[in-house]
Amino acid sequence: MKREMSVFPSRVRAATDDPPLARIVLTFVAITFIALFLLLPLFTVFSEALAQGIAAALAALDETDAIAAIKLTLLVAAIAVPMNVVFGLAASWAVAKFDFCGKSFLVTLIDLPFSVSPVVSGLIYVLIFGLQGWFGATLRDWDFKVIFALPGIVLATMFVTFPFVARELVPLMTDQGRDEEEAAVSLGASGWSAFWRVTLPNIKWGLLYGVLLCNARAMGEFGAVSVVSGHIRGLTNTMPLHVEALYNDYQFVGAFAVASLLALLALVTLTLKSILEWRFADEIAASHRH
Amino acid sequence: MTLAVAAAPIRRWRSPSALPGFGLSLGFAVFYLSLIVLIPLAALIIRPWSLGWSGFYDVMTSPRVAAALRLSFGGAAIGAGINTVFGLAIAWVLVRYRFPGKALLDALVDLPFALPTAVAGIALSALYAQNGWLGAPLAALGLKVAYTPLGVIVALTFIGLPFVVRTLQPVLADLGREHEEAAATLGATRLQAFLHVVMPALTPALVTGAALAFARAVGEYGSVVFIAGNLPMKSEIAPLLIIIKLEEFDYAGAAAIGVIMLAASFVILLLLNLLQNWAAKR
Repeated sequence: MKREMSVFPSRVRAATDDPPLARIVLTFVAITFIALFLLLPLFTVFSEALAQGIAAALAALDETDAIAAIKLTLLVAAIAVPMNVVFGLAASWAVAKFDFCGKSFLVTLIDLPFSVSPVVSGLIYVLIFGLQGWFGATLRDWDFKVIFALPGIVLATMFVTFPFVARELVPLMTDQGRDEEEAAVSLGASGWSAFWRVTLPNIKWGLLYGVLLCNARAMGEFGAVSVVSGHIRGLTNTMPLHVEALYNDYQFVGAFAVASLLALLALVTLTLKSILEWRFADEIAASHRH
Repeated sequence: MTLAVAAAPIRRWRSPSALPGFGLSLGFAVFYLSLIVLIPLAALIIRPWSLGWSGFYDVMTSPRVAAALRLSFGGAAIGAGINTVFGLAIAWVLVRYRFPGKALLDALVDLPFALPTAVAGIALSALYAQNGWLGAPLAALGLKVAYTPLGVIVALTFIGLPFVVRTLQPVLADLGREHEEAAATLGATRLQAFLHVVMPALTPALVTGAALAFARAVGEYGSVVFIAGNLPMKSEIAPLLIIIKLEEFDYAGAAAIGVIMLAASFVILLLLNLLQNWAAKR
């Protein structure tokens, strides 16, 4: 049973209710902290972007390098997110529908990228594909660029967004068990058709939830991508990197205009996430609060 | 069931199943995991040893690296501390009280997860700069935040808050009122009930949340570099030093700092696992 106290009580106080003064002070502290530390920075993004009017902000977005950055960000997400979806589906099918040795170890390894610093996530690919990395000389002979080019950016993005879909689907599919798929297969369905017609409809909201978070991080990633991108304007700058370049050039309206697009993406993500949590609470993993 | 497994002469590494696709799904998952995560991380762990033990030690103890590591770890610890206090207050208010706009406040807590770090970085930097909305009044009080270690702490507090609140919320919601009621009938004041009944039950979650916030803050880059000012020895964080070393083509030095940070996050993960086991047994 859920019992909540109103901040301004009208009835007699229960023994486990906090004193009215404590309630008001605590609520004030919580609201002030969130307003100062979270809301105000968000508001700053939009207000700085519109500092010279909406026309100036829109002009900053309709500029060759900005458009190139937007296109690159969309392209990187369009490669990295589906790859991680396929991985998430494969990993959760293996983990949730079968029992095998080393299962919990595999689940631990999947979460690994979350505990690695974004800069280190970029660094590891430089150590492999960079000029002085393992394959640096070979790649130069082949004239194929990974670092300071699209492949490196995609790899770094795949690394930092790696766990999102899997960590959502593994607990969800484990909870759902394998009875329904076993029934389908025993009635003559092939493995694929059991997956498409039984599993996928069961996990669609959880999958969407994972994709949502995965995509938000893929489009917003800064540290990892910054290490591997090389910061070539109009070529290897994603949106967050373009924000940095403009900001360091003192083009604040432009920087905050591009930043507002990313902030809008964050707001849309948060809204959809809240809707999914509220509407389909039973159909997304219970562990979604991380 | 357990008996059957124990009695089986040869333990199979997987139990039989009617469902197909085990080899394909596990094979792909392990292949992709190795390619994207495991092999690159191995490259990181191997690299610094080209310097040898003494070279590794020299990198770590060089004044600039030591100062950066101190700032990253110290700032993360202070940020986690601030978040522990305010995160507890926010989680308490969100779970126990009812007021208009609560759902909005609850959704806003996730903002640092969703907002790209570079966006947070330039926003905090503009906000706390000398002429910023918060920077100007703070400067009038003689407090300079942007481009000082204080700015680093502000950014690390920003990104750590959701970890504490989101770890506490479910635990607090599951916490029954019976014990508090018992405390009240036995004559405890509300504060006594909170300190002696609620806090002991919340402590494992509070420590977990603080540790998660700390782990995230140690490696944080995007939201910090803009507000930090990046003065060597003063407000330069460890992840930035990795990038500087890479730009100087000192791969081994960069990897050495990376390994230290990776080791730190593993130690935190390990301690958290131990803590959770301990809390589950209690």
